Order: sequence, then structure tokens, then C-alpha cells
Amino acid sequence: MFDGRSITAARQRPGFGRRAARHPGFVIGGAITLAVLLTAALALVWTPYPVTSLNIAEKLRPFSTGHLLGTDHFGRDIFSMLMVGAGNSVLVGLVAVGLGVGVGGPLGLYCAMRPGFLGEIVMRASDLAFAFPALLTAVMITAIYGPGTVNSIIAIGIFNIPVFARLTRGVSLSVWTMEYVAAARAIGVPSLQIARRHMLPNIASPLIVQATIQFALAILAEAGLSYLGLGTQPPQPSWGKMLHEAQTMLYFAPMLAILPGACIAVTVLGLNLLGDGLRDLLDPKLRHAAKPQNT
Amino acid sequence: MLAFIVRRLTALAATLLVAALVIFMVMEVLPGDPAEVMLGLNAQPDTLAALRAQLGLDRPAPERFIVWVLAFLSGDLGISYTYDVPVAELIGERMGVTLPLALMAILLSTLIALPSGVLSAMYRGRPADTVIMGIAQLGVAVPNFWFAILLILLFAVSLGWTSAGGFPGYDDGILPALGSLLLPAIALALPQAAILARVTRSAVIDVLGEDYIRTARAKGLSGRTVLWRHAVRNALAAPLTIMGLQFSFLLAGTVIIENVFYLPGLGRLIFQAIAQRDLIVVKDIVVLLVGMVITVNFIVDMLYAWADPRLRHGDSNV
Repeated sequence: MFDGRSITAARQRPGFGRRAARHPGFVIGGAITLAVLLTAALALVWTPYPVTSLNIAEKLRPFSTGHLLGTDHFGRDIFSMLMVGAGNSVLVGLVAVGLGVGVGGPLGLYCAMRPGFLGEIVMRASDLAFAFPALLTAVMITAIYGPGTVNSIIAIGIFNIPVFARLTRGVSLSVWTMEYVAAARAIGVPSLQIARRHMLPNIASPLIVQATIQFALAILAEAGLSYLGLGTQPPQPSWGKMLHEAQTMLYFAPMLAILPGACIAVTVLGLNLLGDGLRDLLDPKLRHAAKPQNT
Repeated sequence: MLAFIVRRLTALAATLLVAALVIFMVMEVLPGDPAEVMLGLNAQPDTLAALRAQLGLDRPAPERFIVWVLAFLSGDLGISYTYDVPVAELIGERMGVTLPLALMAILLSTLIALPSGVLSAMYRGRPADTVIMGIAQLGVAVPNFWFAILLILLFAVSLGWTSAGGFPGYDDGILPALGSLLLPAIALALPQAAILARVTRSAVIDVLGEDYIRTARAKGLSGRTVLWRHAVRNALAAPLTIMGLQFSFLLAGTVIIENVFYLPGLGRLIFQAIAQRDLIVVKDIVVLLVGMVITVNFIVDMLYAWADPRLRHGDSNV
């Protein structure tokens, strides 16, 4: 595997870490994403104030050292609510993308390795799924089965399944015809082992990039559902719901509407930058093309 | 071309039918029966029975599906349970808001995205490109309903130029009506424009690397002629496809944006119907919207095939 040529090539090319550190989009996106993830984790164990207890005497306070970002109309600490909202968004994103990768990935891999009737059905079904406006169907699902975090996660996650099934099938098809896979098949390596040892490492990069993008889309979708009152339910705070509540108070408390929206936008921006950066760094074609582009 | 159209039309009809079946089945697996869901727990038995008969729930599901599809095709969408008027009438009325809103949003996003995408490609790697793509990156990340609220904050709350929402209707003339749709259309157009600008940019950059562009330059055509007559024209296929795909996002976007601005459109209707558990209205609107998305993508497909003859002959190469 390691012939002389690949060793020299490896020496000439700086490692992933070094290239990553020089990619501004990746660095900024990574930093934002890391900050959101850490905040979400911290919110699980600690927030400056409890977010479910109301304190009307403290309502609509401005920014202060006591309440960093002020309080809402129930006297709840905005900073604490935003922290818990981050946790909520991360949870929805993780589970929705996990559902997509966990179900769509194996389906797509199977379709690529065993083309046939089932594969055709899976692909046609995913064609059909793309015709449904995702958010609208999520609205329908949560409306029928009741609003709530779990149902909104399922509604958002379902649409990730065809996305990952298609992508996995597409990238697996080209790997499946590679000589080293053909060789493994010829000497009788079991399919599962081929999938795990030869296919997965080679199709992981596009899946990781797509996962980052779908994560961002899931956060946007959850915010939309919560804004409509179909996502996370009170008293659990979520960014979308905070926006909805703030809309009636735009004339006297505009900050209540600006802050949660900014959190959504920054988080999604961070994930998109991270996704774009990962694509640049992981795609060998773009990696080689990057040099003449910059000069 | 004819064989291609027939093949695609058959596929279109099949897709529409399967989509209708999926929506029908989602409604079928409701916990309890639709009549109970619609009337709630405290419903009188005779009201329940009446509604069951009206919905045809005493008949088997396959029969109900066929009856529903045939009625839908003949324009009979049923009677809304809460509004007590034909659903077709309700939808027609609300279309008067949603359709102009969606069209304005598409127009705006195209007007913003195409020039900025081309400009970005022209000045690739220079400050203009960085600024435009930076704004596009932001545009993709900003949720449209938050952008809508920011627009309200600026134009209604701070400047007092417009009202914070509502729709005056067409009785006072078309201009005030369309004027009240302007802010919502801008809010809807922003993310669309951002995506479209990025796609346009990369499509134009791809085309600029083609041999025929070099030839056009070599024969002495001015940079502007090469760009507009050769590059942009050939690069338009990609943004066109994306516009077709975005149509479904646009429709979903109207559901939220109409709620932000309190506009009496389809999006608000479906939302109210959901809140009132008027499942007939919900089902009809969803089918209609999904049907619109499928049809628009079909039209884009046809335009694409019309522009590129290679696609008409055999799908295997596509």
C-alpha cells in the first residue's frame, strides 16, 4: 500500500490539521460550532438562572450584570433561555441527522452493493420524498400526531433519510467498482466486512460534509416549527418559540426578537462554514485544484 | 421529443398519484378516526355519526381513496368542516394572496441573484466577489421569519413607513394590496436569492473555463460579449434547476411568512385548519401544494430537455 510514490506525495502535502488551520472558513465555522456545542452541554448541568421559574417583578429588565441579556415578559433570564435553546437545537439537529445517516446510509449502501428491485424502490421513494415540501410535511405530521420536540425531530429526521440514502448510493457506486473492492469480492470477503472495511472509510467524507449541512437545515426547520407553535412546547425554551413570543412585544422590547434570531443565524452560519470548509479540505479534487485557484 | 414528453407525463401522473396515496395514508393512520380527531373528546354521538357519514368513513379505505381522487380531479374538494364552505372556494380565495406573494418572491430573488452571481463570477477572488459571497453566506443562514421580523422592526416599528402586517384586500385597488406583500416577499426572497447567487456564480465560473469561451475570446470578441452572449446563456441551466427545486422551499416558506405578517393566504389557512383540526382542508392543501411542486419540477425538466437535446435521448446518460 505504501509505495515510494505515495510517501513522497504525503510528504509534499501538509497534513489535515495544518491545512485546516489555514482555512479561515473552517476555523471560524469550527469555532462557532464548538462554542454552540459547549454551551448546549453546559446548559444541561448549569444555567445562571432556572428557565422554568417565573418572576414577574423582574420582567423586561435591560442588559445588566445581574441579567447579562435582560429578562423577558415573565421575568425569565434571557441568557439562560438562550443557553437551553442551544441545547434544544443541538439535540434536534443531532437526532434528526442521526436518523438520516443511521437509516439512509445503510439503505443507500445496500442499494449500491445489491442493485435490484429493492434498490429501485428505495430510489423512487426518495424521488417522491423530494417532492414533498419538507417543512410543510413536518407541519402536517406534528399537526396530526401532536406538537412537541419528539414529533418535530421525527418529522425533520424523516426527510434526512432520502437525502443520505441517495448520497450514500451515489458515492458508493463509484467505490464499489474500484479494483480493490473487486479484489476483496473475488477472494470471498463477506459483504458486511467489505462495507465496513473498504466502503465506509472511502465514502465517509461526503457524508460528513452533508451531515453538517443537514444539521444546519434541521436547526432552521426546528426553529420554524417552534415559531409556529408546533415544535418544542412550554415551559421548555427554544429559539423559535422565543421569537414567536417576542413578536407581540416588538414595539417595546425589540431585543427579545433580535437575540434568539441572531443565535439561530450564527449557529447555522457556523455549521455552513464548517461544512464548506470540510468539503474543501476533504475532497481530493478540490484540494489539488485549490492551489492554482489561489495564485 | 414527443416520446420523451409522453414518458415524462406518465411519470408525472404516477408520481402525483403516489403522492396523493401517501398523504391519504398518513391521514388514515391517525390515532382514532378522523371524525373523532376533528370533533374532539366531547363530541355528541349523533354529530360524530353524521360527520362519519359525510366523510364516508363507513366505506372501506381503498374506495374512499378512489372517490377522493376522482372528486379532486373534478374540482370537488369537499366542504370545510369549520368554515362550512366548499374547500375549493376557500383555496381559490387564499390563492389571491399566496400566488402573488410567491411570484413576487421569485421575481425579486432572480433580480437580485442573477446579476450578483454573474458579477461575483466576473470578479472572482477580488473584493467584490468576497463581499457578495459573504452576504450570500449570511443570507443562507438567516431564517426567513427572523429576517421578516427584522424588516418589521425597521420599516414598521422604527420608520413607521408600513404597517406591521395584515392584508387590505383588492377592494382598494391592486397597488395597496401588492404593497402590503412587498415586505413578506423580500423576506421570502432573501434565502432563495442567496442560494441562487451561489449557484449562478459557480455555473458561470465553470462555463468560463470551457474551450468555446477561449475560442470566442481568441476571435477578438469583447469581454462583455463573451460573458453575456456565451457564458451566462450557457450557465443558466443550473440556476433554472435550482429555482425549480427551490419552489418547494418557497411554498413552505409562505406558511411561516404569512403567519409572521398575518396574511390571509394558503399558508395561514393550512395553519388555522390544523389548529381547528379541519383535516379535509389540511389534506386538500397539502395535496395541492405537493402537486404544484411536482408539476413545477416537471416543467423545469421539460425546459431543460428543450435547452439541451442530449437529455431527450435516453435517460441513462443523464
